[in-house]
Amino acid sequence: MRRALPALVFASVAGLAQAEPVVVGDAIPAPLTAAPGEPARGRAIVADRTRGLCLLCHPAPIPEERFQGNLAPSLAGVGARLTPGQLRLRLVDSRRLNPETLMPAYFSTAGLVGVADAWQGRPILRVEEIEDVVAYLATLRD
Amino acid sequence: MSPWRRQGWLPLLALLLGAAGPRSGFETMTPELQAMQRDDAGNPGMLSVLEGEALFAREGCAACHAAAALRGVAARYPAHDAARGGPIDLAGRIAECREQRAGRPPLPRESQPMLALQSFVAHQSRGLPITPDPRLAEARAEGERLFRERRGQLNLSCAQCHETLAGGRLAGANIPEGHPNGYPLYRLEWQALGSLQRRLRGCFTGVRAEPLAPGSPAALALEAYLFGRAAGLPIETPAVRP
Ligand code: HEC
Ligand code: HEC
Ligand code: HEC
Repeated sequence: MRRALPALVFASVAGLAQAEPVVVGDAIPAPLTAAPGEPARGRAIVADRTRGLCLLCHPAPIPEERFQGNLAPSLAGVGARLTPGQLRLRLVDSRRLNPETLMPAYFSTAGLVGVADAWQGRPILRVEEIEDVVAYLATLRD
Repeated sequence: MSPWRRQGWLPLLALLLGAAGPRSGFETMTPELQAMQRDDAGNPGMLSVLEGEALFAREGCAACHAAAALRGVAARYPAHDAARGGPIDLAGRIAECREQRAGRPPLPRESQPMLALQSFVAHQSRGLPITPDPRLAEARAEGERLFRERRGQLNLSCAQCHETLAGGRLAGANIPEGHPNGYPLYRLEWQALGSLQRRLRGCFTGVRAEPLAPGSPAALALEAYLFGRAAGLPIETPAVRP
């Protein structure tokens, strides 16, 4: 199965290495930026409760952050369970896999209601940040 | 096991055990906070109740109302208001009475004197069960729609957190069922007494959504729904929350 996501779904295509993320099966195999993601920056985004927000829901192997949610599967070992392409789609828009998902779409503004002015028309993460987080998650192999 | 895995069978189990029915946020607090709320000498919200009692006398309310006659009032608000043809909440009623009957100049809805008056009036109903106004069915239906609508940049609904995930942990916070029975209440994070509207603003901005304007039809509808789903819970004003 090879489907292109509708162009409008993605909030910002500036800086993309390709015209728009291309979904293949349950993954977005191609990186969204020409420059590769940086795992250390990705870790900082995941740990930051006002940027990545991941720890609101997910436990993760980031011991210095004491307050981690228990609403979602642990991110420990996620790099062994999923390929970078699969991780990328889950970040960009998990609704593609599960329309009822709790997980916010980090790189899509499609279908959002009542967004506060300060966040209007912006995805949660920028495209470089998506690649940084994917690079970090891929290192979580056990 | 984390709650997200249990979601499937947990509600079913609750049904089978007959454990249905609303649970106050009080139930899931630490024993220390529960003790702080129970002890009038240690409950910081009681200061506002006392301040409200003094205002009640000073602003002339006592000329028309005996405090004892206000027992039960907070348990049946929001109530239908014939003049508005829709709901009015306790804060709105107090403001109306204060301006129209006591002849006082208007004050901002969340100013300390208004919070204090509201605390004093609601405190008269402490321990009484919430009994929703049957005439507000339409407003409650609209409120329920808002409660279930996903919103904000994080695209989450009130129902996802306060129904499905209640009992789970959002970072360091226990997710309560989200009941309005303790307001105005003293919140440790605020270091102050605050209104239900202030609490709701926090939940709206938490999902990066535009809050509803206090007193607007949408806000009143949501409030009416929250009191409807909390039917039977005792008023706790002034409650204490983390
Ligand atoms: C509001 C809660 C929430 C937030 C915030 C959140 N997630 Fe998720 N995430 C979930 C849930 C729930 C799932 C389980 C799958 C589903 O329901 O779609 C999930 C699934 C995943 C998966 C797939 C895991 C697997 O083992 O299959 C990955 C990877 C993931 N999230 C990464 C992240 C990252 C990285 C962040 C932050 C940038 C994040 N999530 C933020 C709730 C959340
Ligand atoms: C001039 C007399 C008068 C004054 C002064 C007055 N009220 Fe009232 N108040 C009334 C009347 C009359 C009603 C409507 C009848 C009723 O519902 O009891 C009412 C209704 C209320 C209600 C709703 C009661 C219910 O059962 O729904 C509240 C709460 C209230 N007043 C609070 C106050 C407060 C607080 C003040 C002072 C700031 C105040 N009132 C000043 C006469 C007065
Ligand atoms: C992402 C999850 C989340 C969403 C979405 C959310 N809330 Fe909350 N809410 C919380 C948490 C967590 C608390 C408790 C915070 C604390 O104790 O520190 C809370 C507290 C409350 C309380 C106070 C309960 C008490 O015992 O005092 C009410 C009422 C409430 N929420 C209503 C709402 C409404 C209405 C909405 C939708 C507009 C909403 N919430 C959306 C997580 C959420």
